[in-house]
Amino acid sequence: MTADAHSDAHAEHAHAGGFLKTYVFSLDHKIIGLQFLFSTLIWFLIGGLLALGIRWQLAYPWAPMPILGDMVASAEGGQIAPENYTMLVTMHATVMIFFVIIPILAGAFGNFLIPLMIGADDMAVPTLNMLSYWFMWPAFFMIGGSFFVEGGAAQGGWTSYPPLSVLVEAAPGSLNGQTLWLIGVTFVGISSMMGSINYMTTIIQMRAPGMTMFRLPMTIWAMFITALLQAFALPVLTAAGIMQVADRLFGTGFFISDGATANNMAMASGGGQPLLWQHLFWFYSHPAVYIMILPAMGMVSDILSCFARKPLFGYKPMVYSISGIAGLGFIVWGHHMFVSGMNPMLGMTFMVSTMMIALPSAIKTFNWLGTLWGGKIEYTTPMLFAISFVSMFIIGGLSGIFMAATPVDIFIHDTYFIVAHFHYVLFSGTAMAVFGAIYFWYPKMFGRMMNDSWGKVHFTVTFILLNCVFYPMHVLGMQGFPRRLADPYHYDTFRNLLPLNQFMSVCAFLLVGFQIIFVINFFGSMFFGPRAGRNPWNANGLEWQAPSPPGHGNFDFQPIIYRGPYEYGSPEVEEDFYPQTQPPPEKAAETTV
Amino acid sequence: MKHFWSFLFLLVPIGGVATFLVAPYFNIWLPQDVSEHGKTIDNLFMFILYLTGAVFIVTQLVLFYFSWKYNRDVNKEAVKFSHGSHALEIVWTILPAITLLFIAIIQMEAWASAKIRPPDIKPTVEVTGRQFNWDFRYPGPDNELYTEDDLVRTDGKLYLPYDETVLLTINSADVLHSFFLPNLRIKQDVVPGMEQSMWFKSKEKGEFDIVCAELCGWGHYKMKGRVYFLDRAAYDDKLEEMRLEKNTMRVVLPEEDE
Repeated sequence: MTADAHSDAHAEHAHAGGFLKTYVFSLDHKIIGLQFLFSTLIWFLIGGLLALGIRWQLAYPWAPMPILGDMVASAEGGQIAPENYTMLVTMHATVMIFFVIIPILAGAFGNFLIPLMIGADDMAVPTLNMLSYWFMWPAFFMIGGSFFVEGGAAQGGWTSYPPLSVLVEAAPGSLNGQTLWLIGVTFVGISSMMGSINYMTTIIQMRAPGMTMFRLPMTIWAMFITALLQAFALPVLTAAGIMQVADRLFGTGFFISDGATANNMAMASGGGQPLLWQHLFWFYSHPAVYIMILPAMGMVSDILSCFARKPLFGYKPMVYSISGIAGLGFIVWGHHMFVSGMNPMLGMTFMVSTMMIALPSAIKTFNWLGTLWGGKIEYTTPMLFAISFVSMFIIGGLSGIFMAATPVDIFIHDTYFIVAHFHYVLFSGTAMAVFGAIYFWYPKMFGRMMNDSWGKVHFTVTFILLNCVFYPMHVLGMQGFPRRLADPYHYDTFRNLLPLNQFMSVCAFLLVGFQIIFVINFFGSMFFGPRAGRNPWNANGLEWQAPSPPGHGNFDFQPIIYRGPYEYGSPEVEEDFYPQTQPPPEKAAETTV
Repeated sequence: MKHFWSFLFLLVPIGGVATFLVAPYFNIWLPQDVSEHGKTIDNLFMFILYLTGAVFIVTQLVLFYFSWKYNRDVNKEAVKFSHGSHALEIVWTILPAITLLFIAIIQMEAWASAKIRPPDIKPTVEVTGRQFNWDFRYPGPDNELYTEDDLVRTDGKLYLPYDETVLLTINSADVLHSFFLPNLRIKQDVVPGMEQSMWFKSKEKGEFDIVCAELCGWGHYKMKGRVYFLDRAAYDDKLEEMRLEKNTMRVVLPEEDE
């Protein structure tokens, strides 16, 4: 499909700037969205490889790695040195959180979809949008480059707790890597803050005529609420990051207590509190985990409704639930700190708020089930990923209840039970939803269809293997198997857990390896996939009325909105879908249930 | 076959429950608990496991059933054109809310007794975490901690009396560590500059692991200790033996562990 005269006019205007302005520093939200998509998918591979280093050590502790060992760890005889193990756990999490999940949801999908779904020709401030992508690159260079500085990349955990992360003497490798980490994360934060302001403004100000707030798809509501979370929470992390840099470089003592020593060397600064970092960090990082799932939930709602061919069950409760999750998300951060030394009275209050945050998530799960009830389900690849999100989120959400219970958390804190929980919500949940979203919106992005049969193979293999890797982590954690420990097996308590870890590691290697199916399908379809029309899925959303791919300016007509995006199976029309822009028939009676 | 996908989703509740049923046969389960308060924690854990297990099974079976019955290749009826149900929303908001509040309230006493209300006894031992060892400070012959005749041991071996409540003061010499006794369901981060207390009672004699549970640097994995619960007489003898060693000026090194 080619763009028409309106889009062509925009194209002329934009292309006048030459290659750099059109493709590198593009102001078109769709190009920026794809820039985010390609960058984050590459980092997804890197983060996955870092995880395989962890899995290698846990399966074959201190064994030299074949092939890679000579390239990467030749000084240690091919084995992973203990400080490099802590570097692996730190950087795996850092890459996945800051360079994959957050930017792929907000930067890639938020950017690409928001103007298209609301009927706008671009974002409110396209220049700010372009800057929000390019501000990621200093972070990519700093954090990627930190592997190659003296001492290597950061090793204090992605949580970067002082004094370990502040005292250069506390870890032999904690030299510039940690400082680069802090500055890099600050750049990511600035990028996100820029994006979030743009998204909120665009959604509030630039909706097409007839597109009321309660006719917006859940993807947009989710992106909107997520943008609010980013805007309110990030400044705290940014400030904390700058304070930690100051402690490291300028002799301040925000996070160092009086009389502190490390490696038998006394520290000059003091008068601060290590726990202050934890409060500031988690005040952002707890809302961050909702930033990392709400957009996925929104996209899942859209995909489920489309392929069940019936309306989303409980649209307004779904909107209120997302808002509830976000609001409550600001008052639960202390649940990461139950055994930190925080006043135990706060343990009581945070426990109650944390218990309650399970409620809106439960409501959403029931509404997703209600969306499937009575439908005519088409098992396309995106639908399979969306349904699996519901199944996997049930596990991730329920496991959270254990750690919300403070006495139980005394035991499972810092064990693999926690690792199981967040991998279920972030990988089995969000990442699966992201795959589904890629298969679903790929035709809109690239004008071609991905291969659905290979998509199903990719889904099946991924679904089975991820459960083999992450589900056993629950029982490992039950036994107290600690996190971030390079060799847990020399403790009596964990001595018998090696075989299970080996099974999990083999599955992890297979899981990462099989993603080649997706990579080939993704790139191959761009050149050889069948061309897609405007609306290959017969979906209702406004984005499916634009050409595939849309030209600059998006729509070749002025969209007017008559209804919400979930009127599938409506008795008002013969087809089983009813686009938002389709005018109602002359004699239409209100027949909603 | 057209029901392949629903059966794939059915594997989730089957595999999920099976894992928890099979694990104990491989000795993968909550470790042995010898503490007095640990029973409460384990009971709370199992209660939540059964409750979430039931919710897990029901919701996953519903997901399986809907994915099987409403498969478009099988379901020839018209779509149920419904936008929701107020009644259902109320029910599935109120019931989970009550359940969650119930769980919140029943556990408050356990938390308070474990973390908020210390026993009114003298400190038994001071524990100091440092990179990468657990140091212990025992009372000297005057049987009072924090006097000049105290003895400090750096071999990572903690001796305590069993069947008596003990009070530990815990601290860190450098970075954050966490004092974790898996077999007593005890864990608390140790923070430099912040002296804290922990208290517990072991109901049995024996020796158990001390694990560091907060990333503290490259040696985090080997910051291992052992706790020995002895009867009162043996404990007093052990203290006496350590005091004699101190007076003969022998340096005790942490055991090298492979």
